[in-house]
Amino acid sequence: METLDGNALAGLLAEVFGGEMTSTVVTCQTCGFTAAIAETVVYSRLPGAIVRCRNCTGLLMVITQIRGVNCVDMLGMA
Amino acid sequence: MEGTAVQRRLTWKVATVAAVTRETPSVRTIELAVPDWPGHRAGQHLDVRLTAEDGYTAERSYSIASAPGEPVVITVERLKDGEVSPYLTEELRVGDQLELRGPVGGYFVWEATDTEPLLLVAGGSGIVPLRAILRQRQRSGSNVPVRLLYSSRTLPDVIYRDELDAYDDGISVSYTLTRAQPPGWTGYAGRVNSALLAEVAWPADKEPLAYICGPTSFVEAVAEGLVGLGYQPGQVKTERFGASGGR
Amino acid sequence: MSPISRGFHGRRSTPAGAESRVPPGQYVTDGFPVLSAGPTPHTSLNQWTFSIRQDDRELKSWSWEEIQALPAEAVTKDIHCVTRWTKLDTEWRGVSMDTLLGAVEHDSGYILAFCDGGYTTNLPIADVTDGQAWVAYEYDGDPLDPEHGGPARLLVPHLYFWKSAKWVRGVELLDHDEPGFWETYGYHMYGDPWKEQRYSGD
Repeated sequence: METLDGNALAGLLAEVFGGEMTSTVVTCQTCGFTAAIAETVVYSRLPGAIVRCRNCTGLLMVITQIRGVNCVDMLGMA
Repeated sequence: MEGTAVQRRLTWKVATVAAVTRETPSVRTIELAVPDWPGHRAGQHLDVRLTAEDGYTAERSYSIASAPGEPVVITVERLKDGEVSPYLTEELRVGDQLELRGPVGGYFVWEATDTEPLLLVAGGSGIVPLRAILRQRQRSGSNVPVRLLYSSRTLPDVIYRDELDAYDDGISVSYTLTRAQPPGWTGYAGRVNSALLAEVAWPADKEPLAYICGPTSFVEAVAEGLVGLGYQPGQVKTERFGASGGR
Repeated sequence: MSPISRGFHGRRSTPAGAESRVPPGQYVTDGFPVLSAGPTPHTSLNQWTFSIRQDDRELKSWSWEEIQALPAEAVTKDIHCVTRWTKLDTEWRGVSMDTLLGAVEHDSGYILAFCDGGYTTNLPIADVTDGQAWVAYEYDGDPLDPEHGGPARLLVPHLYFWKSAKWVRGVELLDHDEPGFWETYGYHMYGDPWKEQRYSGD
């Protein structure tokens, strides 16, 4: 299965956070790697979207769309 | 009120198809009339949402093919097992409506104020946002030198061929055809690899800015190749399309 | 109210006569979409085991060879993904969970399946016994593709397919229903497609 990158989440994140987020640099809580959200590995078309660190595949964010409401959990970002 | 930028919260709006143009047998450009379009930056994209009569919805993302100041235009490639792309490339007509959210994306963008030599590397429909960047370079009067490397399966698959061939001042375009080349072809053949990049890309010491767009596997291979040529990660911007059905 | 996209049908079509097999809100697909929450793990078969655990203890474990030696069944089932696709008549081969759970003594009410890559999902024991669940290692006559959960996945077709955990490596026996990965993020604890139990609270 091909993954995408964080660019694919630009619209959803802008809708949730009220502004452009893909150029925001985030730090992986698992390995310390820093990258723009646009550069993260995105597993999409799931029951939600999973965002992982390109360096260690650690979980950065889990995004779900439940009853029309977008929920973004940023558990893996330091 | 003039000069006041109203930050509207991004949400879905209804756009109307204003024009359609066939680019290749499987690629179509769609011009959209979007109410209250706030303008966009070269490299940005928009999300499209379709709703069937029974309520079924499908969403996809498409790069904006036009420069800031031009009408909103997307270019869509029909994918073999696609669900949305066959509709957009075959069925959709002038006057039809669709929902879109955008413009979005602040990472894979180019501004006329950027002064670095540009390396643009496109795989298939990855050419779309790079075409917007080239148009913006022209419109803004920027003279940064550009090298474009565009990988397609066959010559009929090359999108915007005439437009790209017409560039001469400071823009150098190289094509590589991976599946078949016409008789007398003087361009490159085969997939983009380190050897081809070494020949075509700016040397790293020119401190170029690279934009790579296309299917995920293409982007990964090219990014790795550029890093191998000494490009720093911060100089390489990537945008990955899915191999099937876009984003 | 979203405007209707004239002429847009998506890809779905329900074969004539199959309407009663399609749960509410679902669409029939003839493909087999690959949905993964992470990279495909690659555990070599000589290191692979399936184990039943309880209170941090391993009650029983089978190697790949041992699982292959157990009586296996061929089953044909309809499967339903919470992302709204349904696939009819999918063919699997694997070991019934009755066989595996029957090898240990327990009186637990629930399991939490655990997998390579860290995925988990929870199920009542009553839903993975009585011929309702398998550890499946073949799909459509071939060894299960890694993309689809190979070497082996849990198969629980009467519930939404996120419960059919890919790359399953065992189950934890519990006395309470413990939310797994998607359940923690708001997906339904049980997941009955016929009641459209997609999200918590449905």
